[in-house]
Amino acid sequence: MEKLNNQDFLTAIQAEFGTAVLNHEEAYGMLNIEAEPKKIHAMISWLQQHPTLSVNYLTNIAAVHYPENLNREFAVVYQMHSWKNNLRFRIKGYLAKDALQIASITDLFAGANWMERETYDFYGVEFTGHPDLRRILNMDDMDYFPMRKEYVLEDATREDKDDRFFGRNTNEI
Amino acid sequence: MSDALKDILQQADPANIATINFGPTHPSTHGIFQNILKVDGEKIISSEQTVGYIHRAFEKLAERRPYNQITPITDRLNYCSSPINNIGWEMTVEKLIGVEIPKRVQYMRVIIMELARIADHLICNSVIGVDAGALTSFFYPFSEREKIYELYEELSGARLTTNMGRIGGFERDFSPVFHEKLKSFLKTFPKAFEEFDSMLARNRIFMDRTKGAGPISAERALSYSFSGPNLRAAGVDYDVRVMSPYSSYEDFDFIIPVGVNGDTYDRFMVRQEEIRQSIRIIEQAYNNLPEGDFKADLPDFYLPAKADVYNNMEALIYHFKIIMGETEIPAGEVYHSVEGGNGELGFYLISDGGRTPYRLQFRRPCFIYYQAYPEMIKGMPISDAVLTLSSINVIAGELDA
Repeated sequence: MEKLNNQDFLTAIQAEFGTAVLNHEEAYGMLNIEAEPKKIHAMISWLQQHPTLSVNYLTNIAAVHYPENLNREFAVVYQMHSWKNNLRFRIKGYLAKDALQIASITDLFAGANWMERETYDFYGVEFTGHPDLRRILNMDDMDYFPMRKEYVLEDATREDKDDRFFGRNTNEI
Repeated sequence: MSDALKDILQQADPANIATINFGPTHPSTHGIFQNILKVDGEKIISSEQTVGYIHRAFEKLAERRPYNQITPITDRLNYCSSPINNIGWEMTVEKLIGVEIPKRVQYMRVIIMELARIADHLICNSVIGVDAGALTSFFYPFSEREKIYELYEELSGARLTTNMGRIGGFERDFSPVFHEKLKSFLKTFPKAFEEFDSMLARNRIFMDRTKGAGPISAERALSYSFSGPNLRAAGVDYDVRVMSPYSSYEDFDFIIPVGVNGDTYDRFMVRQEEIRQSIRIIEQAYNNLPEGDFKADLPDFYLPAKADVYNNMEALIYHFKIIMGETEIPAGEVYHSVEGGNGELGFYLISDGGRTPYRLQFRRPCFIYYQAYPEMIKGMPISDAVLTLSSINVIAGELDA
């Protein structure tokens, strides 16, 4: 059987979901699909059921914080793997900081349970429909989400470690 | 769920259910991870895990560290096979900056990573023996692991948290002592290993204790995103070394052993066979070790030799630039995974061109499969839960990151 490539995947997904595919790019050979967050659950479910795309493996779920992206501060990234085609790709959904909800995919992949709990623990992304969305690595009474960019590491004694020395320009300093 | 299991769960009388703390059995159950079991006599009705007691915020730390300073963090993920983590991370950075790695370095890496896999599996399998009551088979392989640690030491100076290699290659070439020790290891290890194997693999008591303990079906294992020996024991032949070969694994001839029942015995047997295959890979890599340099030509990332720094202007400039973080780093997004001791160890790296990663996520196989543990031990006696815990090889460092 011939293996499908990035382009085949993109075409198939676009044909099925049309305008829900907001953006796409190839990053180091891996297809990135930006989708409407509300459609991501349906998309993953469809990909999982699909006979030829057959995306059978959830590699991981990550979140990324981009404080400067207004109204799309948080990205939730699903890295998926289709073994039949040996193709990895990402589905990304961007969420605004005051509407941090996305449907849980624990009903599709049992392993999403802890991955989503970890993402919630670090970034505060609420996975609606998750059976048990609690903190997992940090203590239960922690009152903030530590991986967000506003919580900088202390580096208490270091004056040489502000962002200017990390190749970034920032207005905060 | 089998009918027998349903019966057990239905017949459980609420008045007889006791809530107990599991352990201490595994070194980590002394406080690092906690399992609260509800039991009816010997049978486990349900369990709940708490993890995170050695969470060290590696992903947060990594956002404030230059790339070369992240390697020591990765040591502390799965510390039974640190070199795999180190080299996996270095390959991720090399993928980001797009550098060609010499064949010799790739083969050297394969040798080191397979040694690490042997050390990892040896510990896991001998601990399964301990939990089934066989202590001799635990002490015995340690003398073999010691030899692997001596090899690490010869190459990196460290034994456990190895900080092995650099972005672009190794810090030094295999020394004459390394060659000698590796040759003698390749000669003596298989015999010692078969002796270890003969103590357990067909041992009636061991088989009775481990067969059927903590099984998981292939479907459930896949749904839980299992990887590594635990997935293969359930009968799925997924191995990153074959699926997405890195570091020239495509050059070597080896098989991927799979189990049938996904129980403790199958996990044990899969790891045993993987050790034999690792030896095969090391032999092939070592016998065909290409000539060449032990590092890539990568002055922007690979620190020059100290003697050059003192005597050579260019080397001094590069040294300064690397230490002060003046190196150009491309912006981009990469995912790289390696077959770690426990499965697919992935590094998801987002760079914005800064000196440190913008975001780095570790895909830690332990963390992902440990969530299936309650399902695997449901309806089992407590003694089987002990075996299951050691046979899925939960490494607290990798679990909590």
